[in-house]
Amino acid sequence: MKQMVRSFLTYSRKAPLTQQLSIPSAVIHPAIVRLGLQYSQGIVAGSNARSIALLHAFKQVISDYTTPSNEELSRDLVNKLKPYISFLNQCRPLSASMGNAIKYIKKEISNIPSQFKEDDAKKKLLNCIECFIEEKIVLAAKAIAKSSIEKINDGDVILVYGCSSLVNHILCEAFEKGRKFRVIVVDSRPRLEGREALRRLVQKGISCTYVLISAVSYILPEVSKVFLGAHALLANGYVMSRVGTSQIALVAKAFNVPVLVCCETYKFCERVQTDSFVSNELDDPDDLIVTRKGETQLKDWQQVPRLGLLNLVYDVTPPDFVDLVITDLGMIPCTSVPVVLRVKNVDLL
Amino acid sequence: MPGPYRETDLTEKVEAFLSDLKRGGSGTGPLRGSAETARETTALLRRITAQVRWSSAGDLMEVIRKEGRRMSAAQPSETTVGNMIRRVLKIIREEYARSRGSSEEADQQESLHKLLTSGGLSEENFRQYFTALKANVIEAINELLTELEGTTDNIAMQALEHIHSNEVIMTIGRSRTVEAFLKDAARKRKFHVIVAECAPFCQGHEMATSLSKDGIETTVITDAAIFAVMSRVNKVIIGTQTVLANGGLRAVNGTHTLALAAKHHSTPLIVCAPMFKLSPQFPNEEDTFHKFVSPHEVLPFTEGEILSKVNVHCPVFDYVPPELITLFISNIGGHAPSYIYRLMSELYHPEDHEL
Repeated sequence: MKQMVRSFLTYSRKAPLTQQLSIPSAVIHPAIVRLGLQYSQGIVAGSNARSIALLHAFKQVISDYTTPSNEELSRDLVNKLKPYISFLNQCRPLSASMGNAIKYIKKEISNIPSQFKEDDAKKKLLNCIECFIEEKIVLAAKAIAKSSIEKINDGDVILVYGCSSLVNHILCEAFEKGRKFRVIVVDSRPRLEGREALRRLVQKGISCTYVLISAVSYILPEVSKVFLGAHALLANGYVMSRVGTSQIALVAKAFNVPVLVCCETYKFCERVQTDSFVSNELDDPDDLIVTRKGETQLKDWQQVPRLGLLNLVYDVTPPDFVDLVITDLGMIPCTSVPVVLRVKNVDLL
Repeated sequence: MPGPYRETDLTEKVEAFLSDLKRGGSGTGPLRGSAETARETTALLRRITAQVRWSSAGDLMEVIRKEGRRMSAAQPSETTVGNMIRRVLKIIREEYARSRGSSEEADQQESLHKLLTSGGLSEENFRQYFTALKANVIEAINELLTELEGTTDNIAMQALEHIHSNEVIMTIGRSRTVEAFLKDAARKRKFHVIVAECAPFCQGHEMATSLSKDGIETTVITDAAIFAVMSRVNKVIIGTQTVLANGGLRAVNGTHTLALAAKHHSTPLIVCAPMFKLSPQFPNEEDTFHKFVSPHEVLPFTEGEILSKVNVHCPVFDYVPPELITLFISNIGGHAPSYIYRLMSELYHPEDHEL
């Protein structure tokens, strides 16, 4: 178990990132360097935010790109992007949504016909990226909000976990349309992202309650529905999301409360995974340290030979805990994810 | 004069104990473990028996009940106080019955047969005076105190039967009983412990530092990672604040999630609880079951702008139903949750359930 913990790629946020990397940052486009630093410091966080930031950075890269002589744009640009992508991966492992966005861009680039002039090709690519953001993220959010509002009734008590941009959007839309409900925001250490969601909802005027995840058994009897966001939906129906989501789904199931997951289709991915250990991201373990009543218990944990801290970022929720997945293609059960993936792949061909 | 002087001394001690209880529960005073509270309660009751003037068992029981009600009212969530009072009341009944010469079985439980033949409740008004009663009661209370001293060790002695090498054990928060249990097993076996920190008080951190100092491989995880990590765990061993009459638990918050995760992965859930934590309460009293502390632990005052518009809850305890528990380990051995009602009838008399 100890070896397993140590074998994950751990990093501490205190050490500057650029000293630890193997690729010299001189050959990387400055927009990408900035993006990498923002990822590793946690300034840009959240699946959608990271994808949009990535696409904007790529737009910058493409505008600044000039095809060298004797090279074709469609092949050379893809090769140029490879080191950028591994740089970003080293700063922070790529999310499933980012992976799908990159796949899309690479496909678009290789489909550029060779007779296109450079300016036209660049304009086309920039247009494609704009379309992707517009369709897959912005419009998808609108469509999901529209279907979700049907599921929110007056007098509902809705439980949300952490800060999902999509779920916040849905709740704000429903509130604007005049639905009467109240929200319970569940939060967990060490990230305490729920406070951000709390701020956004309270600003809108929604009445909220706030608890930590250990109190979820106390608060669940009051809840009528649980809305969860997702980081990715895996091909075997498992939902990959912020750590703690599977727990909330488990307790909700025990209390017979419906669990609805909201996820755009661009986050569906081909991977399969059955537990949270085989592939996960580790966060800075020093975040777990806390000072209470003047005492910091775990201050020198690194000196103690037998003590370890584990700070997981994601976990997977089995499909039997999830009652419904709301996507831009409609409301589907968890088990239909591979069907959607197949349909999408056929479309792209 | 020795009489009144001793009585004021006694009242002082009782008052000091009551104010200690009141302060300890709000989290501001020094946190005391349940074993300490049980010992102090029993010592105080012995003092009351020795010093207060009483002539018959009935009088003594009245005095103890009165003081007992005051003590439980000082800190309703500290059930060990009430439990010890009920134990002492049962001791008094037993000693009285022994002095009278009637057998122990006679007034054990009420059976249908007894109800029909005796024509109503048995006439026990405890009015007879016995010279040796005081000495007997005090001796029995001393035995109870010795039993209390040895509970943690008795539980820890059973550790080697339940933990084998290379196991991964999960626990939550900080329980002195579980700490002693694991440390005893660690003398002969090598295993790994995962501690869930149990926010917002994060007592899991203290537990982890203490265990790792004794040479046990420990990992601290957040409460949110309990289900994620459960697939790697072989056993879950927890402590509890109270064992309820139906075999359920009143334990620190987060325990219900832990129990559900263990059930989902079919991992055994073992509860280490000494007998003095057994309480005749049932979990259906909505108002008295939960205890809350200051919500500033959850959402601090630094979040000023949203504080006034948000409801914040910080419950301290969780209810865990008996179906999720595999085994209770107490100082008298291991039991299934379905056996708890029987143990209760041996420890407490049914008329004392309501103090």
